[in-house]
Amino acid sequence: MSDHLDRIKAAVIGGRHGEIKALVQQALEAGADPSTLINDALIAAMDVVGTDFGAGRIFVPEMLVSAVTMKAGLDVVKPRLAAGESRSRGTVVMATVKGDLHDIGKNLVSMMLEGAGFKVMDLGVDLSVEKLVDQVRTIQPDILGLSALLTTTMPEMQKVIGELQRQGLRDRVKVLVGGAPVDPGFAEKIGADGYGANAAEAVALARRIVDAKG
Amino acid sequence: MLIVGELINASRPSVRDLIERRDAAAVAALARDQREHGADYIDVNAGVFVGQEPDLLKWLVATVQEALAAPCCIDSPDPMAIAAALGVHRGTALINSISLEKERWEALLPLVAESRSKVVALCMSDAGMPETADQRLAIADQLVNGLVQKGVAIGDIYVDPLVQPVATNNTFGVEFLQAIERITRSFPGVHTMCGLSNISFGLPERRFLNQTFMVMAVARGLDGAIVNPLDKRMMACITTAETLMGRDPFCMNYLKAFRAGKLAAP
Repeated sequence: MSDHLDRIKAAVIGGRHGEIKALVQQALEAGADPSTLINDALIAAMDVVGTDFGAGRIFVPEMLVSAVTMKAGLDVVKPRLAAGESRSRGTVVMATVKGDLHDIGKNLVSMMLEGAGFKVMDLGVDLSVEKLVDQVRTIQPDILGLSALLTTTMPEMQKVIGELQRQGLRDRVKVLVGGAPVDPGFAEKIGADGYGANAAEAVALARRIVDAKG
Repeated sequence: MLIVGELINASRPSVRDLIERRDAAAVAALARDQREHGADYIDVNAGVFVGQEPDLLKWLVATVQEALAAPCCIDSPDPMAIAAALGVHRGTALINSISLEKERWEALLPLVAESRSKVVALCMSDAGMPETADQRLAIADQLVNGLVQKGVAIGDIYVDPLVQPVATNNTFGVEFLQAIERITRSFPGVHTMCGLSNISFGLPERRFLNQTFMVMAVARGLDGAIVNPLDKRMMACITTAETLMGRDPFCMNYLKAFRAGKLAAP
């Protein structure tokens, strides 16, 4: 069985999206446990991809094609999971703040978080403080990920954190920030719970947060 | 080709330090160096200083223009900062940039029209970042017509079709290039301009992508660029591409660059 899992893992790491569905199908037919397949092959592969990306050994397109491959594999396994078995690692709400339409970085982070087993709700771009706080109240995510690519929209992040505080929601959600002009100093200044310089760092951070929660 | 020297940008840590220390001599040296290497405009950007941007942008313009007689490219999305910088600028400034995003458009349009500046018109609207040539054309159409209706001369408009990284979508390069050509053809007299290093985001050895993309863009009609003029290879690529496109009568610019040692293998 570990043969099947190894092949799936290698296909995701290599981004061989044309092969993945058949490989997953074969593993399931051979009796692989669906949730083991997800954790020990698909997610384990994306862990390697994230580490390689963080270390500069692979590049954005390679990360993307691995994520696409992982998702295609996941689509085959998901219907086979028993009810209640599909529990994700945690829920993340992602958004680019008000006045800012940049989405490439946010999309990469969303994709890698999904690859790491998180349930990701991507709200898109240009999200007002009110809307974001409303969504946090409704969705009750473990993590809120905020992106800003402009120095003029960075202050929106602080406003979101302030409003969460005012509405008594701040201790229910961890706020992670990122984007080209954002740095750890700014994250600390505005009272965010963390900063990721790239998609790999964001995933590592998100993991530490949910692991600490237990 | 209008060259805008991009180095005085506070998002570069070394420049941020210079600005924080108000090191006028170092800022002046950076401006002079770019000018000597072919910059027509000196870009000034103080965007990382949230809250102090208007004052610092004003200081940058004054400092650059005290050192040399070059116009500045005033680089900010914030109308207040642009207004402050325009207040001390001498000559014809280049405003970088207006876009179709409603707030930015409404706040900047009167400033652009009244100051008789040149302006970079960025293809971005409230609907988001354009991905296809068609989307860029539609935004450019509204930008160009809106500016001309306010009395801005078509030759003072530099449309920036907005470069997106080819690493995230393999059509992003070709859609941009088509947009350059179609904008140049659809609005006779208008210019195009871009900072194109975004094309190579997420990929290694970015200079190859940047240089090659520049040559391809010049071939489609690009006639303005925000670049590092001290990048010898990039500048040689631009000069050579323009010569090959028939925009260099008797190859004079090419030969001038040769004699100045600008084409020697860097």
